[in-house]
Amino acid sequence: MKRRDFLGSLGAVGTTGMLSTPALLSSASRAFAQGNDIPVGLLFSLTGAVAVVESTLHDAALMAIEEINAAGGVHGRQLRPIIEDPASDPATYADRARRLMIRDKCVSVFGSYTSASRQAVLPVTEQRKNLYWYPTLYEGRECSRNVMYGGAVPNQQQDDLIPWAIENFGPRFYMIGNNYVYPKEENNYCKTLLEQYGGEVVNEEYVPLGHSDFSSVINRIRAEKPDVIFATVVGDSDVAFARQYHAAELDPSKMPVVSLTRSEVEVKAIGGEAAAGHFSSAPYFMGHATPENEKFVEAYKSRYGGDQVTHFVSEAAYFQVYQFKAALEKLDPANITPETIRDAAVGLRLNAPQGEILVDENLHTHLWPKIGQWQANGQAEVLVESKERIAPKPYAAYEGQTCTGQGLVKA
Amino acid sequence: MDVIANQLFAGLSMASILLMIALGLAIIYGAMGVINLAHGEFVMLGAYAAWALQTYVGIGILLALPFVFISVAVVGWIVEKVVVQNLYHRPLDTILATWGIGIILQQTVRLGVGAESRFVKGPDILTGNTEIGPLIMSNYRLFVIVFSIAVLAATWMLMTRTEFGMKLRAVIQNRGISECYGIEAKRIYSITFAYGAGLAGIAGALITPLFSTIPTMGTGLVVDAFLVVIVGGLGSLIGSAAASVLIGEATAIFSIVINDTLGRIAVLAGIILLIRFRPRGLFPTETRR
Repeated sequence: MKRRDFLGSLGAVGTTGMLSTPALLSSASRAFAQGNDIPVGLLFSLTGAVAVVESTLHDAALMAIEEINAAGGVHGRQLRPIIEDPASDPATYADRARRLMIRDKCVSVFGSYTSASRQAVLPVTEQRKNLYWYPTLYEGRECSRNVMYGGAVPNQQQDDLIPWAIENFGPRFYMIGNNYVYPKEENNYCKTLLEQYGGEVVNEEYVPLGHSDFSSVINRIRAEKPDVIFATVVGDSDVAFARQYHAAELDPSKMPVVSLTRSEVEVKAIGGEAAAGHFSSAPYFMGHATPENEKFVEAYKSRYGGDQVTHFVSEAAYFQVYQFKAALEKLDPANITPETIRDAAVGLRLNAPQGEILVDENLHTHLWPKIGQWQANGQAEVLVESKERIAPKPYAAYEGQTCTGQGLVKA
Repeated sequence: MDVIANQLFAGLSMASILLMIALGLAIIYGAMGVINLAHGEFVMLGAYAAWALQTYVGIGILLALPFVFISVAVVGWIVEKVVVQNLYHRPLDTILATWGIGIILQQTVRLGVGAESRFVKGPDILTGNTEIGPLIMSNYRLFVIVFSIAVLAATWMLMTRTEFGMKLRAVIQNRGISECYGIEAKRIYSITFAYGAGLAGIAGALITPLFSTIPTMGTGLVVDAFLVVIVGGLGSLIGSAAASVLIGEATAIFSIVINDTLGRIAVLAGIILLIRFRPRGLFPTETRR
């Protein structure tokens, strides 16, 4: 390239740059000044390690926003989704959350799958007095006034599950999980339940995240002959574990894996044949028969492809947007702040795909736990459905501590 | 006792997978001195090739193996021709270049195929277990063990009993002199690199029924492969085999005595100790460079 050409093209780039920058700025400020739409942040990783799951949450939440907009928005105002990609990195979550809350003036941000990313956003949302909608099941032991927890906490997943498993299979539990906070807290709560119902732990074992060779674990299971494998293995580790468990020909009718983390997404990768006969505990399964769920699944499939699956986290990512909308509708349009949205959301009832849910004053959600058995077609058959909506107790394993509407109360 | 026997088998099975992954690297790194950080991605490509052949063409893993070998070898050959070949005199730069190639391959698969875990069905004839007394062995794992030994033997034959192997060994010992004798070192290197990549591809295809097939699956595997090659000694096939058995069995024993997390730490600590006292690995080859 000649020097003159180079300078010429450089000049062209420079000019477009200068032209476009003010245009961007003015459009942003105009939009806010008009005030005819409501900015909401979407903070799900679209790239990086957790994108596999988080992109489905992003899809579900975005679909809900567009459904609401297509139906006329809230008080005639449209929701304006502002999408950030934190690239699976907790520090980036905090950074992008700050950007959404300060620069884009979002009144709420929907995001996160892992606990690590939620905890990275936590100081930001608390400092900005904003509202972070977190759809994932998690280990509990958190009681922020600036996070809306849409997923199950240990007591919601386990209170029905543990006595049912003891009754149907026996009292000897083998705990296997990945080595991080979620499995440890779940096992912690499981142990208190086992004590209560006369069960016992034959082995408690943690493998590194991403661990993929389970032959030692399977040998140990074979030697110990437990009645139930209580699994909190996540993601690819769970896929490898399930496939090797199946390859070792351990019989699910004698030694079933009862998982808190295995959803339709994992089962699709495991293959229906290897997953069949094992169990999961979750408030939602794709095959659940409610009109709301049929509508959700159909809309999701027609939008993102017929081979896509919905699961217990994407369901929550979807219904949380509707909870947000219902809270906005209760408010005076002139008085929309994250805190008024939060206060309006408490006590709110909503027909979600899983059933009618309720927001507790501790900002967690009352859910309908179910126990499903996986079938060869990759779907779960719901065997046990909770008779009543189960209240969230994020500190169930810790006596004397309760999460209330005023935050954490220690006795 | 039962547990120990089963655990020894588990260790052997781990060793066979390690060997399959490390063999290609042992050749590329050991013979050519190229630190190929894209090796894990070749393994991943093999896994995806097996998936694609099964999903779109409908052939099972076993029949797919030759196609997987060829297709990944072609990718390796292109990588060698386009990038690595220009860097033989700058070994440190190959680290960066192959690392970059690895990222490109990984992201290409992520964008092209998708990030979610893919399902590959294992071969039907190899389902089930073989039981000898208390010892329960998965047929598929047995097959991988036998297959890895066969590949090791074939590679050994190739290196020591063929004209190509003789030329390769000559080039390894002294590239300049062997070129004087009419050996086309460039071509030898290309073929060797492609062969190593093809072996990685086979390893990837073989582990799909056991592991989860995702774009990032190679990242962890390449670390294990390097451990094997370094412990075994550069360029030594027998060393790689011995090292993979050693690491596989040590992992299995430690994980049953302590647990998987601490077992991994113990194995790595053991390797550091071993490298301290045998810096060139278990079976260093005596070559002049």
